[in-house]
Amino acid sequence: MEPAVHLRGAVSLLGRFPALAGVDLDVAPGEVVLLQGPNGAGKTTLLRCCAGLVAVTAGEATVLGHDLTVDRRAVRRRVGMLGHATGLYEDLTVADNVAFWSRAAGARRGDADAAMARLGLDGRLAAVAVHRLSAGQRRRTSLAVMLARRPELWLLDEPHAGLDQSGRDLVDGLVADAAAAGATVLIASHELERARAIAHRSVAVVGGATARTSPAERDHVA
Amino acid sequence: MWRDAALVAGKDLRLELRSRVAINQVAPFALLVLVLFAFALDPDRGILARATAGLYWVAVLFSAVLAVQRAFAVEVADGVRDGLRLSGLDPAGIFVGKVAALAAQLLVLEALLGLGVVVFYDADVAGMLLLVPTCLAATLGVAAAGSLYGILSAGLRVKETILPLLLLPVVAPVLVAATQAFEAGLSGPTSDGWRWLGLLIVFAAAYVGLGLTTFDLLLEES
Repeated sequence: MEPAVHLRGAVSLLGRFPALAGVDLDVAPGEVVLLQGPNGAGKTTLLRCCAGLVAVTAGEATVLGHDLTVDRRAVRRRVGMLGHATGLYEDLTVADNVAFWSRAAGARRGDADAAMARLGLDGRLAAVAVHRLSAGQRRRTSLAVMLARRPELWLLDEPHAGLDQSGRDLVDGLVADAAAAGATVLIASHELERARAIAHRSVAVVGGATARTSPAERDHVA
Repeated sequence: MWRDAALVAGKDLRLELRSRVAINQVAPFALLVLVLFAFALDPDRGILARATAGLYWVAVLFSAVLAVQRAFAVEVADGVRDGLRLSGLDPAGIFVGKVAALAAQLLVLEALLGLGVVVFYDADVAGMLLLVPTCLAATLGVAAAGSLYGILSAGLRVKETILPLLLLPVVAPVLVAATQAFEAGLSGPTSDGWRWLGLLIVFAAAYVGLGLTTFDLLLEES
């Protein structure tokens, strides 16, 4: 089976600085992989490369069948990314934001409503402007946007950050459901214990390169 | 493209309805500019009457800079630009949507300023047949040029100060042509006025064409 993510010697330059300096990574469809490593190791850049937001300047890079070295835009509609920023319009309500981004991605109205309900954002919260939300509620809204888009590749950068216990459990449940539905998930996290529990395996990223891959940790999947 | 344009324009107008920045800040600023001109030139009503068209369009352009800044500040805040790139929206559609929403807000502003020059400057609006198409063409040109330079400057660290420096010289032909056409319109349509209107239409068409072909690149690289 063709891997959902295939990187071989992938290099990405930010100016003259190599943010990625030879990443090797193969991720099968439906697999959940944890990227672990110290700050500045290149985990976020690796996720952004897979999303087609940052150019791969050398090496091989194929995501969901799209060669990113030829055209990195084609893959974008098929991925969902949860980054450090919320990606939300502060003056729009939760419902406005989820509706806009899901419609932009061609999703149905029902997908937006279902995503908000799953994240506990229906009812009163739906009509609240994003700038009035707590950090955790914003995170839930960003997750709802991503869920409504039904991506085939989930790219999660510190997905548990800013969430309370129920929010963290919700993230774990979403990841498990996405993988069960055949979506591929890459998680960059410093909360190793929690992230390892939902990942099939972990990959260490050090100095912009993948250093080693752990054996499958499927037994730990929640 | 048209579906995406309608989605973006609808979102921008909803943002304005929720935040009321144009109504509560830009419109009062524009009226304040008109009033300050009136205070400065009031001792000589002859100068004020002769300068009405120019002062009107200077007030419009100053206000347009604020409106453009606002329209694009929301597109780069907190990861929204990445969201737009991942959304799958047609960049040309985003451009058309931004231009349409900006033009709609500027037209309301121009109507308000029109009332202002009648009240404060005793302007006699004789040639509506020329004034209305002049407003439409000038507004389209300013909105199109503003959207191009808005996205160009939005990603820069010095975006607040660089936008007026980039945009105002570019829209100087609009100031000249719209002022000339307005002067003709205020005293009844003349052949001169129609010639200036032609220039405004060419300007608007040029910047709409430029935006449709380059907005993709500017969204990607700026």
